[in-house]
Amino acid sequence: MNQPVLSIRNLCVDYVTDDGNAHAVNKVDLDIYPGETVGLAGESGCGKSTLAFAITNLHSAPALITGGEILFKGQDVLKMSDEQLRQFRWAKTSMVFQSAMNALNPVIVIGDQLIDVILAHENVSLAQAKQRAEDSLELVGIHTSRMQSYPHQLSGGMRQRVVIAIALVLKPKLIIMDEPTTALDVVVERDIMDQLYELKEKFGFAILFISHDLGLMGQIADRVGIMYAGKMVELGATKDIMAKPQHPYTKGLLRSFPTIFGPKVRLEGIPGNPLNLLQVPDGCYFQERCERCDQTCIDTMPMLLSHSLQDTHQVACHKVSQGERL
Amino acid sequence: MSHAESTAAVRDHQISSLEADNLVIDFSLDNAMFKRKYMRAVNGVSFTIKAGEALAIVGESGSGKSTCARALSRLYEPTDGVLRLNGQNINDKNGCLSREELAKQVQMVFQDPFGSLNPVHTIRHHLYRPIRIHMSHLKGAAVENYMLEMLEKVGLSPALQTADKFPHELSGGQRQRVAIARAVATGAKFILADEPISMLDVSIRLGILNLMMDMKEDGIGFLYITHDIATARYFAERTGVMYVGHMVEWGESDSVTQTPQHPYTQLLISAVPEIGRQRGIVNKDHTKNQIPLWTPASLGCPFALRCPKVKPVCREKMPDVTQVADDHYVRCFAFTK
Repeated sequence: MNQPVLSIRNLCVDYVTDDGNAHAVNKVDLDIYPGETVGLAGESGCGKSTLAFAITNLHSAPALITGGEILFKGQDVLKMSDEQLRQFRWAKTSMVFQSAMNALNPVIVIGDQLIDVILAHENVSLAQAKQRAEDSLELVGIHTSRMQSYPHQLSGGMRQRVVIAIALVLKPKLIIMDEPTTALDVVVERDIMDQLYELKEKFGFAILFISHDLGLMGQIADRVGIMYAGKMVELGATKDIMAKPQHPYTKGLLRSFPTIFGPKVRLEGIPGNPLNLLQVPDGCYFQERCERCDQTCIDTMPMLLSHSLQDTHQVACHKVSQGERL
Repeated sequence: MSHAESTAAVRDHQISSLEADNLVIDFSLDNAMFKRKYMRAVNGVSFTIKAGEALAIVGESGSGKSTCARALSRLYEPTDGVLRLNGQNINDKNGCLSREELAKQVQMVFQDPFGSLNPVHTIRHHLYRPIRIHMSHLKGAAVENYMLEMLEKVGLSPALQTADKFPHELSGGQRQRVAIARAVATGAKFILADEPISMLDVSIRLGILNLMMDMKEDGIGFLYITHDIATARYFAERTGVMYVGHMVEWGESDSVTQTPQHPYTQLLISAVPEIGRQRGIVNKDHTKNQIPLWTPASLGCPFALRCPKVKPVCREKMPDVTQVADDHYVRCFAFTK
């Protein structure tokens, strides 16, 4: 297989608080290959957004990257100088955030915001930048007459399209999308995702897609990683995770979504509440909410290992390691 | 929402009900003294919520679903139409139903459990207020016991410890349980839940839905406002689909979700991502997403701009109601004879 565009090795991100450090991302490994869509799922506070911010080294206090490496084509992002980082961000890896309203400057027309990005990174004339900004807007299905519109003059779906246009304008190799469609209605969400996929075919960028919506994830991602309390608990091909989830948390998460077409039965979801990262147990972080928990789970932390013939499916659970069918 | 049947039942005092009859709500778009411009947020919407049952209203943002709920709790005055609680007009100023009596029976639960609780007061304070006002026959220790009973009922045990906590000490799911406890503490027969689970973690959403399901068995009726049609089918017996202020399709939840008739409902359901279902391209034309601003002067069906089956008549008037199945109604010219 070809070289990954991004390799995350043993990454740790802590939030420093008065009551000690909370390990928001705890020794996570992840590879993203060119042209691939990798999904990261998990509930709020599991560290998926913290991980995304770490990739472009965007964290500031109280968040602190305490260990690990983030290799973009072999170069460690965490060791880059400020100027190297400035050039790396957006040109190589861009981001699309959940709230388009907050990502766009409300007092600058969207055309200028696009041109600004181009001029900051490339040595082109204003006219060329303007042309490219217009091309980029057309790619996402917005008429160029909207160059002179302010963000508040656009609907939520159009604003998110503008944000995607800005993310694409420098042709990055990787786009990180942090819940890009959560604030949108399903029909608009569907439209934007379809369009994003057409563009992905065209330009061949890789996507790191962060969401808690496993339904959407199942439809668009090639591989999915499930995070719980800062740990990667399961990682594998989307179809394996959706059809044969191994980790009790993944199973619970998949059971938490009522279906439209499936049988109408009472669902129970996952008992208990998400873990407080300031009071973590010694063993498995999921032990309190797990039905299958025993002494091994309380004593030792399970490793993320592959257990089946396909070594691409990895699970961090003692019960799966012991060969028990859950 | 078969109207005659429900009013008959209420007249006979068999079931308590909360109903909207041809509700219209306009909002002014400017503050002009004369010739003020209006938008029509809700247009001719009728529905009935019966005790012990849930009615889900599904629609995208701006479809007027929250406005309906707010009108039912008298936060908005209807421009036209009548809202009734057990047959009594809730907006009739000379009627016998006071605002306090309405509040005792109809309570709201809001989307954001972080914003709906006062951060400087304990959970006990939040529950004492409605109990003192609406359960004034309770005195002294009875108030405390009743409050603890309510907290136990929504699954917040140990209740005594929870009562002394402040909102910031609770998780989102626990806070939403407090909001529900506060609503039922008044002895409310109807709860208007406006997106009660959309801000909660995915793993605890079901807990709240299941809690509300259990409360239906105690005879509480729910208006469940949501944009998630899958949870509407899961939780509510009946579902109505709203588009730009109009109820376009409604009926028994399974019938509406399994055999959607209105083109908008079909679009909505085909767009829902579901685990294990392949996606197909629905709409390649991205400019076809025009959502109109509805004004009192607007004509026709609001979905005509986006509808694949649009006919000339769709731009002229709103279609009448057609019954397509036992308890399944639709407003679309594709079904009118």
